[in-house]
Amino acid sequence: MRAPLAEIEIRGVFCQELRDSQVRIVLEEGRLSRRDEEQVRRLLNGDESAFVELVRTHQASLTRLARVFVRDAAIAEEVVQETWLAVLSGLRGFEGRSTLKTWIFRILVNRARTRATRESRTVAFAELGLDADEVEAGVAVERDRFTPSGKWARPPAAWDVDTPEEILLRQETLAVVETTVEELPPRQRLVITLRDMEGMDAREACDILGITETHQRVLLHRARSKVRSSLESYLERK
Amino acid sequence: MLSCQEMTELVTDYLEKRLTLMDRIRFRMHLGLCRHCRGYLEQMRATIRLLGRLPTQEEEPEVPEELLRRFASWKK
Repeated sequence: MRAPLAEIEIRGVFCQELRDSQVRIVLEEGRLSRRDEEQVRRLLNGDESAFVELVRTHQASLTRLARVFVRDAAIAEEVVQETWLAVLSGLRGFEGRSTLKTWIFRILVNRARTRATRESRTVAFAELGLDADEVEAGVAVERDRFTPSGKWARPPAAWDVDTPEEILLRQETLAVVETTVEELPPRQRLVITLRDMEGMDAREACDILGITETHQRVLLHRARSKVRSSLESYLERK
Repeated sequence: MLSCQEMTELVTDYLEKRLTLMDRIRFRMHLGLCRHCRGYLEQMRATIRLLGRLPTQEEEPEVPEELLRRFASWKK
């Protein structure tokens, strides 16, 4: 019994003529998951419900991501809109080298970058050169928290005080996290958004952002350290 | 032997499962002996959990009319 298309890891070029579409999808050393294959097929067949489903699935995440590049909500919305249009026009050429989702998000990132360079208020970031923090070595925790030999001088307090999860669930706490993330250097913010907020794995995040796994991990480390530190300050004040 | 300070710099590599075998052993050994660093790791985990809760899911986003129209013309 032949393995279903989704489970075949293809080396070399595999070409399949879809029965109900004129389009040939070329799979090259990649894996077009069953789900992606199904979605693409439906979309190419003009199935509007498939398109609605796709948009609804990713709209919020795409918008969140766009907001990292452009502050203005209306402009971010435009960027997302443009992304969907680009998805449609590029769909016939989608080769399945990445997942559909990664591909869509990559388009968004490119669109958002382009747009950011046009918006004067985000010129500094549009450079997408090194963030200040990439040049300086950061520390996860302030040095004065440790003795000269590196032991905790002022150790981390327990956060689950009276009612363990309750404090952590309060809206204010989430707001602190949100604000801290918004104030991170852009690349850190991008990584932490994709990894910890959107729940993507390292590989997917790296594919979308076009950075190495190591670089991504450094950014993630700094971002998480900053958020933890903000939370600590906030929770200790309560 | 790792210092507590070094531990705070390695925590992400640890959670990402990117430590070398030796470093992972050292990391775990230190954790076993140091409740402060255990506390720190817990804080980091709690931080990540909170981040995961942030996308406060709004109701189903509306698909803009314009987009549907574009789709309709695209599929021809």
